[in-house]
Amino acid sequence: MKPHTLAVFVENKAGVLSRVTGLFSRRGFNIESLAVGTCEEPGTSRITIVVIGDDEKVEQVMKQLNKLIDVIKVTDLTENERVERELALIKVNAEPGAGRAEIMQIAQIFRAQIVDVGAKSLILQVTGDTGKIDALEKLLRQFGVKELVRTGRIGILRGSKTIASTK
Amino acid sequence: MKTGAKILVESLQREGVDILFGYPGGVVLPIYDELYNSTLKHLLMRHEQAAAHAADGYARASGKVGVCLATSGPGACNLVTGIATAYMDSVPVVAITGQVPTSLLGNDAFQESDITGITMPVTKHNYLLKDCRDVARVVKEAFFIAGTGRPGPVLIDIPKDVSTGIVEKVEYPETVNLRGYNPTYKGHKRQIDKAIEMIAAAERPVIYAGGGVISSNASAELLGLANVLTIPVTTTLMGIGCIPGDHPLNLGMLGMHGTEYANFAITESDLLLAIGVRFDDRVTGKAEKFAPNAKIIHIDIDPAEIGKNKRVDVPIVGDTKSVIKDMLASIKKTGAKDSWIKRIKHWKQHHPLKYKKDGRLRPQFIIQQMSELLKGDAIIVSEVGQNQMWTAQWYNFKNPRTWITSGGLGTMGYGFPAAIGAHFARPDLPVFDVAGDGSIQMNIQEMGTVAANNIPVKIAILNNMYLGMVRQWQELFYDRRYSFTELPPVEFVKIANAYGIEGIKVESCDDVLPALRAALDCNGPFVMDFRIEREENVFPMVPAGAAINEMIGGHEPT
Ligand SMILES: Cc1ncc(C[n+]2csc(CCOP(=O)(O)OP(=O)(O)O)c2C)c(N)n1
Repeated sequence: MKPHTLAVFVENKAGVLSRVTGLFSRRGFNIESLAVGTCEEPGTSRITIVVIGDDEKVEQVMKQLNKLIDVIKVTDLTENERVERELALIKVNAEPGAGRAEIMQIAQIFRAQIVDVGAKSLILQVTGDTGKIDALEKLLRQFGVKELVRTGRIGILRGSKTIASTK
Repeated sequence: MKTGAKILVESLQREGVDILFGYPGGVVLPIYDELYNSTLKHLLMRHEQAAAHAADGYARASGKVGVCLATSGPGACNLVTGIATAYMDSVPVVAITGQVPTSLLGNDAFQESDITGITMPVTKHNYLLKDCRDVARVVKEAFFIAGTGRPGPVLIDIPKDVSTGIVEKVEYPETVNLRGYNPTYKGHKRQIDKAIEMIAAAERPVIYAGGGVISSNASAELLGLANVLTIPVTTTLMGIGCIPGDHPLNLGMLGMHGTEYANFAITESDLLLAIGVRFDDRVTGKAEKFAPNAKIIHIDIDPAEIGKNKRVDVPIVGDTKSVIKDMLASIKKTGAKDSWIKRIKHWKQHHPLKYKKDGRLRPQFIIQQMSELLKGDAIIVSEVGQNQMWTAQWYNFKNPRTWITSGGLGTMGYGFPAAIGAHFARPDLPVFDVAGDGSIQMNIQEMGTVAANNIPVKIAILNNMYLGMVRQWQELFYDRRYSFTELPPVEFVKIANAYGIEGIKVESCDDVLPALRAALDCNGPFVMDFRIEREENVFPMVPAGAAINEMIGGHEPT
């Protein structure tokens, strides 16, 4: 059982996302992370889904996804060299004083940006792979995380390879 | 200048539709009004579920796409069981539903239901039309998707303002362009060669054939392959009819209520040629113990079925007809594996299907009589339960598309309306629905439909005054605690008469053949109420989760 990152290239039509996610829920597959947005080709979207399962289960998911009429292509990025990113916004308690300085220091180390400063809180924006965001979150917990939101993972193959060129 | 409704009706005609099974309502009035003008035949059913089943029965018997039509909300919801039934058995159906006007969509308007959302998991694809200019294209796509690749139901939901909307210039598309939909028909040459090599090397090969053989019209090819290679063939419930019942290589049905010889043969085989099947749990029993010593070749048009339930050695994605043809082109005639064929003959001789012959009225006898009378030249539809299994076991089917039953979903109430659909597909053949007293009461209102239209469907009710199959499980696995499975006696002939249909009640063996003859001679619908032995069981039986050679009510393998 390991996480697989699937790139699902779909027609940008009403209901596509619910077809895709519905397929996961009714076949008992758990979605770990989901991110959707438009992509290089007008009229299409790319859904990035992280699903945890053994290879056979994931192969079955991919085959089932491929059966959906609006799905153009499904690629498992996991076996390839790739860049994966996620973005998180974290609102953390920050009373003026030592704590606030410490948070700003941590942000710097993680190359997170401070995108909002309130009287008693800061909002940090961070991008990176899941591990990095998890680590930052853990560090910030000691100050009190008031709110945290993550976009879900997106991924792209390294080099000139594209999901269109993969088999 | 045409309305959406007119375009719809014309598009259906262009797709070669000759009959619609439907039920009207407010938001489909524009469509019904258009039908009033057209030459398209419409059959008014008494329940939308029956309309969906009738379209499905028509499709199975004809090989064409069946069409049903219902209004929004309750009408559309009533189609769902029928759509799900077609989905599970891969039957090409186009279901058309009316919807509230687009301006009211999502408002919980009167008779609104999100039918595309509701049917998403049970359709191959579905559409909510929002623009009358899309009607022609969507109808074209829907028929294409329903009838090609692995067939399945497609739903088109049409809001009222789309069917009344006016299109200035209509273009009926000739072709379909769907980037995400490219079924593979031709099997991979290297895989086919590999399969042929493996078959040639096998000592104890078995063909396991299913509904995919019937739906791709590959029965003749399958028979050719079995004959050339002298390989015994066992079929799934859905595959019955793809090889004549009395063919020496036919092992009958396998699985939970399969023949002992089919299940023994699978268990001892060293090569399984699985064609158009999906390794359903009712077939395999405990999957690890299914064909435990066999190398498996699996031919299927749906790549997602390959390796889903059982690991496969040689996968071949493609249309079964095309793949078997390619195999036949390069295969050499191999002699019978004598010892294997002998062993199978021995099993067939020593472990036949059997029932007690003590003069009491038993369902197996009725089916046998039906088989002898009709000689395979009929369409036999069934309901679900013991009646279905007895028919599968005891009727000698000669041809594909003459056995019509709800396999995957096991839908009680399917048979009678499906029989109505089958009649319109094959008006040249008598159509019999073998029913249980429970199942027939799930769509008994269709007696109104057959009476009003003089549709000559014959209903043979195997009346045990129980939900028989459930009672059988209670007898065997719940210590005979018959919790809510007893049905009070019903005089079905009186019900038939009330609808204006003829019928006959049968209580003894001697009266069986005359009743069947009377049904056949009657040129309209006919009801036979057979009062059978109440606690008769279907044997052999593989208990759920057991290996398929561990049957109860059978013999030990010898
Ligand atoms: C719609 C539906 N509800 C419930 C069931 C569960 N079920 C399977 S067989 C059966 C009993 C069928 O009884 P009957 O139609 O009298 O046929 P018999 O088994 O007696 O031949 C039931 C209730 C089903 N298959 N379909």
